Amino acid sequence: MANQDFPLIFELSQESRTGFSLPTMDTPEIDVDDMIGEAYVRKSEPELPEVSELQIMRHYTGLSKRNHGVDSGFYPLGSCTMKYNPKVNEDIARLTGFSHIHPYQPAETVQGALGLMYDLQVSLEEITGLDTVTLQPAAGAHGEWTGLMMIRAFHEANGDFNRTKVIVPDSAHGTNPASATVAGFEAVTVKSDERGLVDLEDLKRVVDDQTAALMLTNPNTLGLFEQDIEEMAAIIHDAGGKLYYDGANLNAILGYARPGDMGFDVVHLNLHKTFTGPHGGGGPGSGPVGVTAELEPYLPKPVLKEENGFYSFDYERPKSIGRVKPYYGNFGINVRAYTYIRTMGPEGLKKVSEYAVINANYMMRRLQAEYDLPFDRHCKHEFILSGKRQKKLGVRTLDIAKRLLDFGYHPPTIYFPINVEEAMMIEPTETESKETLDAFVDAMLQIAEEAKNTPEKVQDAPHTTIVSRMDETQAARKPVLRYQS
Amino acid sequence: MEFRYLPMTKADKKEMLDTIGVQSSDELFADIPEAVRFKGDLNIKEPKNEFELTKELTRLAEQNVNLKSHTSFLGAGVYDHYIPSIVDHVISRSEFYTAYTPYQPEISQGELQAIFEFQTMICELTGMDVANSSMYDGGTALAEAVNLSAGQTKKKKVLVSKAIHPESLAVIHSYVKGPGVEVVEIDHKDGLTDLNQLAEELDENTASVVVQYPNFFGQIEPLDEVRKIVDAEKKAMMITSSNPLALGYLTPPGEFGADIVVGDAQVFGIPAQFGGPHCGYFATTKKLMRKVPGRLVGETVDEDGRRGFVLTLQAREQHIRRDKATSNICSNQALNALASSVAMSSLGKQGLKKMSKMNIQKTAYLKQQLQQAGLKVAFEGAFFNELVVDLSGQIPEINRMLLKKGIIGGYDLGEVDEQLSGHMLVACTEIRTKEEIDQFVKELGDLHG
Repeated sequence: MANQDFPLIFELSQESRTGFSLPTMDTPEIDVDDMIGEAYVRKSEPELPEVSELQIMRHYTGLSKRNHGVDSGFYPLGSCTMKYNPKVNEDIARLTGFSHIHPYQPAETVQGALGLMYDLQVSLEEITGLDTVTLQPAAGAHGEWTGLMMIRAFHEANGDFNRTKVIVPDSAHGTNPASATVAGFEAVTVKSDERGLVDLEDLKRVVDDQTAALMLTNPNTLGLFEQDIEEMAAIIHDAGGKLYYDGANLNAILGYARPGDMGFDVVHLNLHKTFTGPHGGGGPGSGPVGVTAELEPYLPKPVLKEENGFYSFDYERPKSIGRVKPYYGNFGINVRAYTYIRTMGPEGLKKVSEYAVINANYMMRRLQAEYDLPFDRHCKHEFILSGKRQKKLGVRTLDIAKRLLDFGYHPPTIYFPINVEEAMMIEPTETESKETLDAFVDAMLQIAEEAKNTPEKVQDAPHTTIVSRMDETQAARKPVLRYQS
Repeated sequence: MEFRYLPMTKADKKEMLDTIGVQSSDELFADIPEAVRFKGDLNIKEPKNEFELTKELTRLAEQNVNLKSHTSFLGAGVYDHYIPSIVDHVISRSEFYTAYTPYQPEISQGELQAIFEFQTMICELTGMDVANSSMYDGGTALAEAVNLSAGQTKKKKVLVSKAIHPESLAVIHSYVKGPGVEVVEIDHKDGLTDLNQLAEELDENTASVVVQYPNFFGQIEPLDEVRKIVDAEKKAMMITSSNPLALGYLTPPGEFGADIVVGDAQVFGIPAQFGGPHCGYFATTKKLMRKVPGRLVGETVDEDGRRGFVLTLQAREQHIRRDKATSNICSNQALNALASSVAMSSLGKQGLKKMSKMNIQKTAYLKQQLQQAGLKVAFEGAFFNELVVDLSGQIPEINRMLLKKGIIGGYDLGEVDEQLSGHMLVACTEIRTKEEIDQFVKELGDLHG
């Protein structure tokens, strides 16, 4: 059925066809080849496609139709907070005065931009309960690394070079141990107990004078609130370590609890999750980091400051961990998040978490009739099901996920967290209506019935998508990573 | 108060709480210990309706001098270029921008194919075998390249030219602290990396040599000579950071034997937006394919033999390999990579070359005019679209005066190098007209004279 292939843009190319409209070449033609030198003038042109503007538009419109976004349908991808991306945010971010400003313009010419950043920082400080926020990190993982580097700098400033370990729960997102390694630490795993929470006894076992920090998501990746947080904070702090908060799940507790009040020293936020910066097919995101006053000297450079209503950057930061990114962070995403926070206000943000949590608990209770619930207690904004029961019937969680595609849904996150067998991690978010949740639950229940009666229907899914399951083994064994004519 | 993003009605809420088996939503939060529960209201601004908020933020945006209201000669890593209208129309398709990473290929073929095409275009531009789906920006991409070279060669020293972007250099210094790599900075001489010093510093402990092409001063580094020096050490790698637009006219680093080429695709369809988000790219050789940070899309077939695309070689990545991953990167800049792909498709083979050449020619004209006006252009080497002008004056003050004439002046090099105080780095792209260039030269001459 190769004729159903959607052509690559390179396959549409015809020599001498154009899709561009360049500014006039109004300066005298100067022969530049001599100046550049023969060896440095490119001999063979890069094979970019030669296509007309309509061809480009049809190509990408066609591709967009082969893609599922939140605007296309329900997207309960656990740990990713796939909520609605407000359109006004997009409009504000595209205002000329925000989108067409240069990072090296003098401060007095960009007071509007700096003022917005400052107010966003202040808002995030209040929301997280931390003393200072930097907007520099480009994404969550980048924020994790930034925060860990600050913790490292703090310990080293105290002459404490022995703190080489970062403790990470077995349920943690993969970026946590990866960031620990990149920051030069050794990642040490702490187990979860039968409640799905960090095992305090195991925590006491792994913590020692080499502990630099504990990285924790709260609620954790099982969607459960780490209710022993005060004791955990005490264990870590007593050992001289710092407590790091992974903000991936902040959507569960806005206005209900603040990481700073729980004893966290460093927090990163994912503005593209909780604060509606769109996910963009994988990015760009934004990963601001908040810290306590004790860690403030180590913030990445530069730090935005305000004096008598004038905003500027402070580069005189002798203890700073240095630069983590050129310029000042993903400003365009920060504008979107700011617009969202200003739209919701204190009351709205609290409702966000309230409804996100109600939605998750409602779905969990409706689904537990047919799916195993490894942790039977109230969840926060997401919950974990196990496909163990269906697996016994020969239907794997992967099959269930693929079958959901036939109903027009993006499946939940699957096989994560890794400490739950056949895991399905479902996060509905607050922006979905009850009708949507019910329809999804009905589909899941139907699939559970199919697993019993017509398992092949699930095993062979999807049946309605434009392509069927992909041969991922071939892709990895014989990688074809680019088009070649 | 009602919120338009929150569809839950009172009736919904009651029914749902009944199903859950609780009286009120507070019970769902009861596991948050009393001592750490937040009481009262968050002290942030009260909500605003769409109309009033738009009005307020529009006014705020209008406070900023911008690249459309003024004529800009500011570059230094972020450039103001022609952006085809279709770019924003494509990236505004919400099937793209409201999607996440394409983990489910059956319903993500659009994004996957778009990334595959982006990877191909970057390979074509750089002359490399493999490119990934994007990085945060050129600076962090370069820092990741440095760490990759140290990991691959098991050597702990890198030689980094001081003629690279100073903020990329700063980011490298931050990134190498984790793996404990030593950075030796190589001076610049006459606007180019000092090759004698480079050759002297290169030894058996060297993991890689890092240069920018064209460099921070706009000068075209002699990559063939750099490669010859690097070749003295068998394992050492050559890493270049390149403005991809320049590669439309200049010989690509791949042809000079670069091992890793990174840079920022901001020049293709992405507005300056105060420095981010832009779009880092990362390209390398087949040999290093399995060490690449971030996501890669590969071609394969489905069960019915149809061509399709998937995320591949994922065993490199944090969600599989955890603490053994090649990088911690997760989110990238996919939507901006899409914007760049559209801009590159729009330019095509001919347009790219034309636009690239226009940058050189207009800058050459600017140089001619500056010299004719008696102004001193530092450095005699070949250039792309930036020049260093020795104004022997207070650059911030000169820029203040230019601003009054509606011009955003260049970058103050004294900020990063004392020897270059009084020097301004100016950029001239294809969108600057003869008239604008002439006026800029006249104003600079007047201020100088």
